[in-house]
Amino acid sequence: MAATTTKSKNPIPNRERIKMPRQHMPEQPPLIRAQQFTEVNLGYSAELARQEALRCIECAKPTCTETCPVGVKVKDFVQLIVDGDFLGAAAKIREDNVLPAITGRVCPQEDHCEGGCLLKKKGESLGIGYLERFVADYEQQHFDVKNIVKAPPTGKKVAIVGSGPSGLTAAGDLVQRGHQVHVFEALHEVGGVLTYGIPEFRLPKKIIREQVDYMRAMGIEFETDVVVGRTVTINELLEEEGYDAVFIGTGAGLPQFMGIPGEHLNGVYSANEFLTRINLMHAYEFPKYDEPMVDFRGKNVAVIGGGNTALDAIRSALRLGAGKAYVLYRRSEAEMPARLEEVKHARQEGIEFQVLAAPIEFLSDGKGWLSAARCQKMELGEPDASGRRRPVPMAGSEYEVPLSVAVIAIGTSANPIVQSTTPGLNTNKRGYIQADETSQRTSRKGVFAGGDIVTGSATVILAMGAGRRAAKGIHDYLKSGQW
Amino acid sequence: MFKIIHAQFIAPGIKRFILEAPRIARKQRPGQFVILRVNETGERIPLTIERSDPEKGTVNLVVQSMGKTTHLLNSLETGDSILDIVGPLGKPSEIANFGTVVVIGGGVGTAMAYPTAAALKRAGNRVITILGGRNKDLVLLEREMREVSDTVFVTTDDGSYADKGLVTDKLRQLIENGTRIDLVLAVGPIPMMQAVAEMTRKERIRTIVSLNPIMIDGTGMCGGCRVLVEGKSEFACVDGPEFDAHRVDFAVLVQRNSMYRDAEKRSMDDYKRELEEKKAAVKTESDMACALEGK
Repeated sequence: MAATTTKSKNPIPNRERIKMPRQHMPEQPPLIRAQQFTEVNLGYSAELARQEALRCIECAKPTCTETCPVGVKVKDFVQLIVDGDFLGAAAKIREDNVLPAITGRVCPQEDHCEGGCLLKKKGESLGIGYLERFVADYEQQHFDVKNIVKAPPTGKKVAIVGSGPSGLTAAGDLVQRGHQVHVFEALHEVGGVLTYGIPEFRLPKKIIREQVDYMRAMGIEFETDVVVGRTVTINELLEEEGYDAVFIGTGAGLPQFMGIPGEHLNGVYSANEFLTRINLMHAYEFPKYDEPMVDFRGKNVAVIGGGNTALDAIRSALRLGAGKAYVLYRRSEAEMPARLEEVKHARQEGIEFQVLAAPIEFLSDGKGWLSAARCQKMELGEPDASGRRRPVPMAGSEYEVPLSVAVIAIGTSANPIVQSTTPGLNTNKRGYIQADETSQRTSRKGVFAGGDIVTGSATVILAMGAGRRAAKGIHDYLKSGQW
Repeated sequence: MFKIIHAQFIAPGIKRFILEAPRIARKQRPGQFVILRVNETGERIPLTIERSDPEKGTVNLVVQSMGKTTHLLNSLETGDSILDIVGPLGKPSEIANFGTVVVIGGGVGTAMAYPTAAALKRAGNRVITILGGRNKDLVLLEREMREVSDTVFVTTDDGSYADKGLVTDKLRQLIENGTRIDLVLAVGPIPMMQAVAEMTRKERIRTIVSLNPIMIDGTGMCGGCRVLVEGKSEFACVDGPEFDAHRVDFAVLVQRNSMYRDAEKRSMDDYKRELEEKKAAVKTESDMACALEGK
């Protein structure tokens, strides 16, 4: 994985490059896309991609790579786009990132590669995510998986628990090092949160399937319908099924509720359930698919929370025909953890943001169904543990919002299934698995963990970073035999 | 894909499946369930495990035709397959020597109660079983329950078999007779479980019920199966499915289980219409064939 610094073929002088405008991502018009689940962003053409790639000023010390949790060699792959070698660019990304078509779509680039881009100081950062997406999609169309070169087998077997971003990344990195990799998934489809959590309009299922097919072609085995901890335990994998190491990437588990009155009313959902019904179970295609969804066409729907999950849920509700769709967020827009592009898109589509507001009670229509949320206005106080300013309720500010459906997207807590069935696996006081920050080793020999089950809810790319470190940790362990 | 080794109706609308599912068979404990999806467009539904055979690698399910999915399931025959089955899910039943245990099975709920009753018997309990059904056909697994019980009472709502009445009538008699009862396990329709809970609450008899709320993933991820237990949310899939009956808010359970009634009805109506259309098409085809042969 030598970082080759190709000699630039970009004919444009740097002082001119910084003046070039960022190429816009073609997208579906807001009013059309708000009525269907097809992907919002349409992707760069080869011409747009080349134009955008020409903007890169090829920093001597590229902060884009430093700020990337998996260390994608951005400058190198962008130069390959300039050269017109799109497959080469894809291969360059794949040295560090086995899911480029996914990260190109859902990664919060502004917090990582694009956030550190020097061009941002002069105007707009390089469209690194858009370029990544372009080469990944190009590769999908033009690369024959038969050409994948497999590493010589080491004879070691690794089990991956969970097929979300961290598990897939660990699997990809391990198989490239010659280990035999078997991925267990609890649901009937592979992909974890990518499949059940992120809607079609942001990450089409086809893209996940293609990336997973690529991984199958690399030699990775997948087994669905296995809840590790219930169907088979970690001990059994190590002692009876002959695995030399196990990686736990089970993700952020249980949805949190607010603990306010009325949360059991019909029409009140966790974001996980709401999105799982739509994404995994295709409730938006009812009755072609059997899984139903409450019919809220023309009615008011609100999501509580300000993260990507919250926006995914409310934009899905809009597409299912919600009359009015609100985001209720207790801090201000500046503190919202969602990707900037998602906030922009949501606004364009007609989502109404009520910030500095939180429900304190869900009201019933008298027949067991939600009819309204009683909310309270907030103001920002001193920063809290997260570094964001703490919302403080304002006295006498209560108001009601009529609602048919409320979706609670305020985060998750640790799912205990694996921890409670694996003796000797240490957890922290919140129930998350304790793992070394470099090797991702846990307190159990041969067992590694990473992603949301270690850190609590985070992002796809941070989970992938953990999967990548774990793969290295596992490889070092399998090579040395030393714990 | 999970192969159906054997499928047979054991009562009108109630079918027993023996399925090839070695991983589940090996791990199943009394009180646990599976979630299955019949086909690519199917929903995920939780179903009781009646018993399993770890050596043969099979699990048994008992399915009552209720909505579209269970009708579809019960149309499958020996040799067919089910697309997805995951489990065993939920916490196993608490098995100990409590003393005297009354096991109450209502209708198809008896299939869930059966493995726990058997385990309680093996643990040294005196097991008194009360089986109930709307009619004779809906009294299930009587022979199996007799094998693991010291005493078995049977009631039918319409008196078509054994004693006319409800399972709670029999329970009341036991209590009034001064039978010492250390634990009650009740599995069946919600109104039955609720009535049992109300009766034993007054008598301060510890009572366990197995709940069957709407569920999707079964791993605690979605929170759809949340039940209100003494004012707090608990998830039937990971905290249950068994709960202390005296702490469960049954009204909320009934209300939440009604959430998709309209959609469920629509699915069922569509399914029935499809079946009729298929039947009509087959008939037309055979009529045509007859007509052609006649020529």
